[in-house]
Amino acid sequence: MNRSPAAPLPRVSGGAARSAHGPNLGDRAWSGLLGLLGGAVLLIVGVVVLALVHVARPALKAGAGTFVSSSDWDPVSGSFGALPFIYGTVVTSVVAILVAVPISVGLALFLQEMGPRKLRPVVSFGIETLAAIPSVIYGLWGLFVLVPALRDHLEPFLGRTLGFLPVFRGAPIGLGYLAAGLILAVMILPTIASVTTEVLKTVPASLKEGALALGATRWEAIRMAILPYSRAGILGATLLGLGRALGETMAVTMVIGNSPTISPSLFAAGYSLPAVIANEFAEATGDVHTGALAGLALVLFGVSLILNSAARLLVRMVASGPSRAVAS
Amino acid sequence: MKKLLAAVLLLGAAASARAGDLLITGAGATFPFPLYSRWFSDYNKLHPALKFNYQSIGSGGGIKQITEGTVDFGASDAPMTDAELAKAPGIQHIPTVLGAVVVTYNAPVKDLKLTGETLSRVFLGKIAKWNDPAIARDNPGVRLPDQAIAVVHRSDGSGTTAIFTDYLAKVSPEWKAGPGAGKSVRWPVGLGAKGNEGVTGMVKQTPGAVGYVELAYANQNHLEMASLKNRDGHFVKPSIQSTSEAAAGVRMPADYRVSITDAAGRNAYPIASFTYLLVHRDTRDAAKGTALVQFLSWAVHQGQAAAAPLDYAPLPKKVVEQVTATIKTLTVQGKHVSLASQH
Repeated sequence: MNRSPAAPLPRVSGGAARSAHGPNLGDRAWSGLLGLLGGAVLLIVGVVVLALVHVARPALKAGAGTFVSSSDWDPVSGSFGALPFIYGTVVTSVVAILVAVPISVGLALFLQEMGPRKLRPVVSFGIETLAAIPSVIYGLWGLFVLVPALRDHLEPFLGRTLGFLPVFRGAPIGLGYLAAGLILAVMILPTIASVTTEVLKTVPASLKEGALALGATRWEAIRMAILPYSRAGILGATLLGLGRALGETMAVTMVIGNSPTISPSLFAAGYSLPAVIANEFAEATGDVHTGALAGLALVLFGVSLILNSAARLLVRMVASGPSRAVAS
Repeated sequence: MKKLLAAVLLLGAAASARAGDLLITGAGATFPFPLYSRWFSDYNKLHPALKFNYQSIGSGGGIKQITEGTVDFGASDAPMTDAELAKAPGIQHIPTVLGAVVVTYNAPVKDLKLTGETLSRVFLGKIAKWNDPAIARDNPGVRLPDQAIAVVHRSDGSGTTAIFTDYLAKVSPEWKAGPGAGKSVRWPVGLGAKGNEGVTGMVKQTPGAVGYVELAYANQNHLEMASLKNRDGHFVKPSIQSTSEAAAGVRMPADYRVSITDAAGRNAYPIASFTYLLVHRDTRDAAKGTALVQFLSWAVHQGQAAAAPLDYAPLPKKVVEQVTATIKTLTVQGKHVSLASQH
């Protein structure tokens, strides 16, 4: 689930530029080597997809459309549908993004613009530490701290106050989409916050100073000068976070409840694509079950691809205007 | 410096390949792994030239690897299916010990008793409260709380689930028609947790929860366990003895591929199962084959003493006799292996 980061890499064109002075063996070898490396990435992706298609074939006999649209997952009777897992993956990722992006942007603004200088290294150290925690630890923390808190406090509270919305209805069991989404939010927060901080650093001082000189308050300077300039970069950071959220396995499976059902309520137990693959692959019985799990891997691949392309498109659209395309 | 390095490398190579050393590789079930590694280490002390390498990758992996011939023996909690055996002709199941699955719960009830019928209806979601009349009937005179039941099951494909659902399918026609039996099933209700530790954690955390875990795990963690009504109509507490009893009352087929859940016998615990080693009936490699057959014979005799201290149920006498006869039929390059030195 590694997406190429936002850092703009310089294009390799040295060989071509210097060819006017005669062929340079070293340059040509170098560009050939880099071309090979670039091609290897595509090759690996291709091989992975081919292998998955090969393994998945027994499960896709009924047609890929039925596989994706069916919501029945019953290994005993051999009927497999991917819909509950797609739904769970998308819902938990969306919850994670909705929660993590505002917090991350706020954190980045605090670190870069507002916070007392002495406090900044402490906060950024905290963010880096979050990024270094293994996902199984997040899962355990979720299971033993977050889930009881959700079950006993947050979910009953949301049910009382916002219970008229279907997403906040149902029995508060703690485990479920909401728990998984919140865990994911904590996990992707460091990625989004640190990339956003870097993006904010690229805002020219003249822009901020200009806004302040025109009489803007600090908040107005952030709202009218800094954020518009860096929105493409922030979207790129969100994209990175989304990538991690879609593929996260261990922490999600520990708190999502692992029940292949589709429910509009965030309180309900669900399942996600990577979680079911991790859970059932080792002891899958028969080619069809294994194939269905490989099919889910393909679906995950597809979901990531679609969401990524959509986000990239969005970045490109937003990038036109005063801002620079940091992440496109 | 280079000389030193070379010397060290040589020494390492010599140590790893001592003359006459024999390495037997196996792979499979995780459930008996603690016992097997004990056996391998004990047996290695008796036969220093023989080493075992066992990868506990899961029963499914064990069956796959012995079928593909990448290991010398496999191990599985559930017997191979007919389809799997068709791909791997000449495989013999050797039961080694027994395990059981217990029902653990988190409710203010001491010594909970359940019939199979009640248990199946709890896991079907038909019984949703602790003070349901059906549970009250199984526990006369016990005060049951007015509390919702939260079902917890395994989310990962597992032999434990296979044994548990096999039992439910036997005692409840409705379960058989609905979710059925398997390593992963479509649970009508409940939350999924990974591994015995995940189920235990969730049961302990969720008031009113019911789940199932392996007997060995439940014993080691002192979990609350329900007594189950067996086929003969007695409520039996899960224990090593009652698990062994379950194997005593079963008519054993020659290939040992038999389910012993809901077994007959006064003290038989109803959710028990064998765990198997999978070996070739005839081995090509003379040295390995002979060593493996002798080890099997040691495991079902002397090895059984190590089972109970590690919370596995030893094979009952009747089964040991039958397995001994089966081991004697195993051949190496078409010839029988002498086991005289062993007994």
